[in-house]
Amino acid sequence: MIWVDTIVQGILLGGLYALFAAGLSLVFGIMRLVNLAHGDLIVLGAFLILTLVTALGLNPLLAALVAIPLMFVLGWGLQLVVLNRTLGDDILPPLLVTFGLSIVIQNGLLQGFSADSQRISAGALETASIALGPISVGVMPLLTFLSAVAVIVGLNQLFYRTALGRAFRATSDDPVTAGLMGIEPNRIFAMATGIAFVVVTIAALYLGTRANFDPTIGPARLIYAFEAVIIGGLGSLWGTLAGGVIIGVAQTLGAAINPEWQILAGHVAFLVVLAFRPRGLFAKGG
Amino acid sequence: MAFLETRALTAFYGDFQALFGVDIALEAGETIAIIGANGAGKTTLLRSITGILTNEPGQVVFEGAAIGAARPPDILAHGIAMVPEGRRLFPSLTVEENLLIGNYGRKVAGIWSLDSIYALFPVLKERRHSPATALSGGQQQMVAIGRALMSNPRVLLCDEISLGLAPVVIRDIYAAFPRIQQSGASIVVVEQDIGQALKVANRVYCMMEGRVTLSGTPADLSREAIHNAYFGTA
Repeated sequence: MIWVDTIVQGILLGGLYALFAAGLSLVFGIMRLVNLAHGDLIVLGAFLILTLVTALGLNPLLAALVAIPLMFVLGWGLQLVVLNRTLGDDILPPLLVTFGLSIVIQNGLLQGFSADSQRISAGALETASIALGPISVGVMPLLTFLSAVAVIVGLNQLFYRTALGRAFRATSDDPVTAGLMGIEPNRIFAMATGIAFVVVTIAALYLGTRANFDPTIGPARLIYAFEAVIIGGLGSLWGTLAGGVIIGVAQTLGAAINPEWQILAGHVAFLVVLAFRPRGLFAKGG
Repeated sequence: MAFLETRALTAFYGDFQALFGVDIALEAGETIAIIGANGAGKTTLLRSITGILTNEPGQVVFEGAAIGAARPPDILAHGIAMVPEGRRLFPSLTVEENLLIGNYGRKVAGIWSLDSIYALFPVLKERRHSPATALSGGQQQMVAIGRALMSNPRVLLCDEISLGLAPVVIRDIYAAFPRIQQSGASIVVVEQDIGQALKVANRVYCMMEGRVTLSGTPADLSREAIHNAYFGTA
């Protein structure tokens, strides 16, 4: 039974990694932009929620709801003013600019919040659990996973059921022809990054309530996000969830065997998938 | 003043000059054909009108408004829609989604809607949930035309719609033209298929090496004159 418990905890942890990855996947899918600052942006979101909680005394969930529109505008503006200028045939400028952005965010947070570890307190929710048969499941991990599923359902609905989603996919296919349809690729990209920042904020809520964070932990979150996206296959949001779950289960299984193996086991699982399915498990297109 | 006209239009790709002072006029409700060999500047002309290539404002004039420097979404908003060379359908979108995206930037009530386009090309209705690129070349061309019509354009620009298609398929596609003309749209067809161009157009322009070398109604133009304008043999 301990193994079933370990696997369930791993699946729920995978929800967090899927949340890390969904925003990255969205931005890459639409504009082929690899955002190296993605992990730092999640940490930035966590500090924003923390500030709202401490300064205004808000409940973390409410603080996240306040942070979401702020982060949307930040993402929208960042894309319109900075990142759109880096897009083109050359893949190097977006990498350099987002790498620089990562350094700026880390140092800005260090300056503003010091290097101390922080935590967003979720009160009684942190220790609450519910019994699923013989297994006890924490309410926060369960909420994390359900949020990940909700985010992916929501993004899929947006992509495949709305005019904006059609414009996203068309612009991703061929921005020049999209222009002939009256689509402004730069505005579509800004909208996409704004939406990615909404997902980033949701990820930040669970990052900050689950464990301690400090300004330097962004790059490690970026790696988990990358691994989840690549395991799942580029362009598939459900694949991203599967990728997150695979990393999460590998980590908890590794940790169950030997606590030192937790992080390593996740990376090994990634390498195994990469060796046998280099395009990922659910890759779309040829 | 014509409905849509280019005035001494020039166009460049870097240092290479592709158009040398092209004057084209399209009257309301009229269909004109632009013919010429590869590299004559036909596609460049359409790229200039649609704003993919930008020009001096006064080099393209639509209903008296200087639109030469406008970008593609603004050109569409004016009611000028394009069927691009090579169809350029969106592979991630189904047939129906490709049609629906055609009016993203210009939603005006008019004759053309999903229903009337399915009536024009019934085969598209059967295939509406297929990925657009799973269709045959001729059916894809129908999607590309339908996509442009979805914006209820006042000017429809068609770039080489017969390219790479079998003659019988080309005939099917051009069979839709009378209904498009009846909808009130003015049409510019760029064609290498001269016979088809002469059949559908009220007037014809022949281009060579970035210049207009001949123009007139199909009845006025002799085969020999077209041949000379096309190949430059005197």
